[in-house]
Amino acid sequence: MPRLLVPRRSVLTAPLALPFLGTAAGAQPRSVQLLNVSYDPTREFYRDFNAAFTTRWKERSGETLRANVSHGGSGRQARSVIDGLPADVVTLALAYDIDAIAERGLIAPDWQSRLPANSAPYTSTIVFLVRKGNPKNIRDWGDLIRPGVGVITPNPKTSGGARWNYLAGWAWALRQPGGDEKAAEAFLMALFRNVPVLDTGARGSTTSFVQRGQGDVLLAWENEAHLAFAEFGAGQFDIVYPSLSILAEPPVALVDRNVDRRGTRAVAEAYLRALYEPDAQALAARHFYRPRDAAALAAAGSRFPALEMVTIDDAAFGGWKQAQARHFDDGGVFDRLYQPGR
Amino acid sequence: MMAACSTAFTSRAADAMAAPPSAALRTRPGSLASRRGPLPGFGLSLGVALFWLSALVLIPLGALLLRPWELGVSGLWRSLSEPRVLAALRLSFLGALTASAVTLPFGLLLAWVLVRDRFPGRRLLDAMVDLPFALPTAVAGLALTALYAPNGWLGAPLAALGVKVAYTPLGVILAMAFVGLPFIVRTVEPVLRDLPREAEEAAATLGASRPQILWRVVLPALAPALLAGFAMASARAIGEYGSVIFIAGNMPMVSEIAPLVIVTRLEQFDYAGAAAVGLAMLALSFLLLLALNLATRFWRPV
Repeated sequence: MPRLLVPRRSVLTAPLALPFLGTAAGAQPRSVQLLNVSYDPTREFYRDFNAAFTTRWKERSGETLRANVSHGGSGRQARSVIDGLPADVVTLALAYDIDAIAERGLIAPDWQSRLPANSAPYTSTIVFLVRKGNPKNIRDWGDLIRPGVGVITPNPKTSGGARWNYLAGWAWALRQPGGDEKAAEAFLMALFRNVPVLDTGARGSTTSFVQRGQGDVLLAWENEAHLAFAEFGAGQFDIVYPSLSILAEPPVALVDRNVDRRGTRAVAEAYLRALYEPDAQALAARHFYRPRDAAALAAAGSRFPALEMVTIDDAAFGGWKQAQARHFDDGGVFDRLYQPGR
Repeated sequence: MMAACSTAFTSRAADAMAAPPSAALRTRPGSLASRRGPLPGFGLSLGVALFWLSALVLIPLGALLLRPWELGVSGLWRSLSEPRVLAALRLSFLGALTASAVTLPFGLLLAWVLVRDRFPGRRLLDAMVDLPFALPTAVAGLALTALYAPNGWLGAPLAALGVKVAYTPLGVILAMAFVGLPFIVRTVEPVLRDLPREAEEAAATLGASRPQILWRVVLPALAPALLAGFAMASARAIGEYGSVIFIAGNMPMVSEIAPLVIVTRLEQFDYAGAAAVGLAMLALSFLLLLALNLATRFWRPV
């Protein structure tokens, strides 16, 4: 038995020899790994994009790329990166989550201006998914507060998508005749009174609406609505475009501290830039994300109906930081909606 | 702390029952056998045990205890006295106690059937009791939700009767009862097995009726184990997330559980606020377990 405890020389020295073997065989194909930390509904898009980019990167640099993607709720994913998940790039649901990472010094503060179009290579918007034939005749935001209409949305406190839902409703209410902030708050309070289930994420809400038969209308990402539509057949649902919605810009960024430590800056930058190129833009459109590229958008034809959209930088919101603090932080407008006695 | 308390419970329950037979077998103090046990000496054993306990329990708990004070005492108070937080704590604790109380008689009955009766399929039933232990909690939650949703197999007929289970506090209690069942059965079972039938027979020959035997002979002997099982089932249900979250509906003030408030605060990058709720849950759980622990020690119904 004690003999086993004595290390054999060959075993001990083998790892030492490995790096030298590596330099001797310098012509061998190098390989590199990349981790993209993303949010929930991008699963299908990035699977296809990674396959295309891996081929391209091999042609360009000779390196074999292994691109991995992690999916989850946007806020939770941001927290994982803050807590040390070694993401090379993040592709999240809203700028606020990337700002939170930047605040901890992992990403340069000016990240959003480093890439074109606010660092959002594709966009989406919020639409209504209703049951086939639209039995409750839901056409616009105002119909959501009618008594007897069940509205399904995730909780804005835990879901990025739900924050877009909420803000789109807020923007619509402000634009109504006599609409001011008080009226908008009353509108949202009536809307959330019609919500029977608050799931923690967008996929959870889709399940509640589609599979559990909850509610009459699902407030959903446009791409998520199309996915449910494609998955469960056109026989069950209709998509309704409201008169006004919000331009959701899911941004992407390089995680500076991680790419510098791992030496992956070049490939990570190329990965993000490739998202803006025509073939990736066409791919985004195929997965129901609105492409930024005008040609790709035109090629998608009637897939993306024209729609009036406000942006988060609209005067009503003043950017993510302000919107988050005002509406969603503890004690904000959303918490007030659920205060007892109201 | 919760885990440590629960173990203390089981060992006490086991001691209580094991005491009479083992007293006869106990080796005389000072004999060779008592000085040289199969494990190494007291110093080493205690050292290893303390190291393990620190690494797994005390250090993480210490980290949790330190975090909320970043808010200051008044900030901590404000953060905990929000109506939403109080409502969630109330649901988690009262829900867990209700679920365990409802499960208690059924758990006892199940343990009784498994120990006292022989019937085909007993071993299968025995194995099924442990399923809530083994099943990933999210799977259990999804299954319960699919079953009890208003369009589910059980939810639809119940909805016709006007009973809503999924997405209400009732659903929360149901899921909590589901995860708590094995704790009660598995705590009561060994004690019941060691219970001498002679005592029941003696009582019968002395003219006791069946309810009297149950009430004055069987239940007093089982009381510590029942309390221990109740405490463990409650402790588990209070902290339960995976199986409850799908069926809860998560409406603030109504069906939102305390662990979800913690997750919500983490999503807002409010680490201290999340730890504050964690601290409150820890303190309340500790008080609850302590009270039940003392009850097992002093309250012995005759």
